[in-house]
Amino acid sequence: MGGMAAPQVAPVETPDTDEVPASDRQWVTIVWDDPVNLMTYVTWVFQKLFGYSRERAEQLMLDVHHKGRAVVSTGARERMEHDASQLHAYGLWATVDRS
Amino acid sequence: MSMFRRQAGRYVATFAVDEVRVLRKVASEVVGLLTDGFDHTDPVVGRLFPAVYPQDAPGTAEFRRYTEGDLKTSKIDQAGAILAALPDEAGGEVRLDAEAAEAWLRALNDARLAMGVRLEIKDGTDLGEELDDAVAEDPGSSRVFQLSVYAYLGYLQESLLNALID
Repeated sequence: MGGMAAPQVAPVETPDTDEVPASDRQWVTIVWDDPVNLMTYVTWVFQKLFGYSRERAEQLMLDVHHKGRAVVSTGARERMEHDASQLHAYGLWATVDRS
Repeated sequence: MSMFRRQAGRYVATFAVDEVRVLRKVASEVVGLLTDGFDHTDPVVGRLFPAVYPQDAPGTAEFRRYTEGDLKTSKIDQAGAILAALPDEAGGEVRLDAEAAEAWLRALNDARLAMGVRLEIKDGTDLGEELDDAVAEDPGSSRVFQLSVYAYLGYLQESLLNALID
């Protein structure tokens, strides 16, 4: 997930080829398991909000279901807060944390 | 029980009078909860507006300061989409465009979340068993009614979701 403008500093020297700049990769949005939300609904929300493929969205939903939580997005803090508030609008239980 | 189906780009269901009454009631209750009855110490409000930083109360308060108004408005609007589409009297047909169908999905989910907290639904709760137990205790109890409505809303939400995904 990109989306945030890169900060105006020299690129960090780590040879990281991920699409997200290291400086933006310090926060995560976490979705927690809850006993009410339908599995099909959670999958649909992940596809809808993040544009994930059905396979990826389903895998994330299963992670939430079986492991109790899953990281659904990674990036800058403001962006994670935006993602969390969107997830709250859909009734998912989302929190933000440092990665 | 009614189910949504897709028909010429619309999402259509025909509701009996009792279903219309129940849907009107639960949507109105959600609106009430988000307006006059709004109270952060209510566990239902806590579930609909989760603490974004569970270990950081000031961080959560700041997040709420600039997101909660919009979130509340969108939840009231989506419950309002149910009220707006229901037939006035008796039963009848509901036809939703894609936008209204999504508002219904989110609103049905909010109503189920609220009821789930009140009914103390847990992971692994078997609704059929809960209902059997409640009926054995008192078939006319409010818990029997609430559990039936909760199950009905899940069924309706799933049918609408399936119609949308197809």
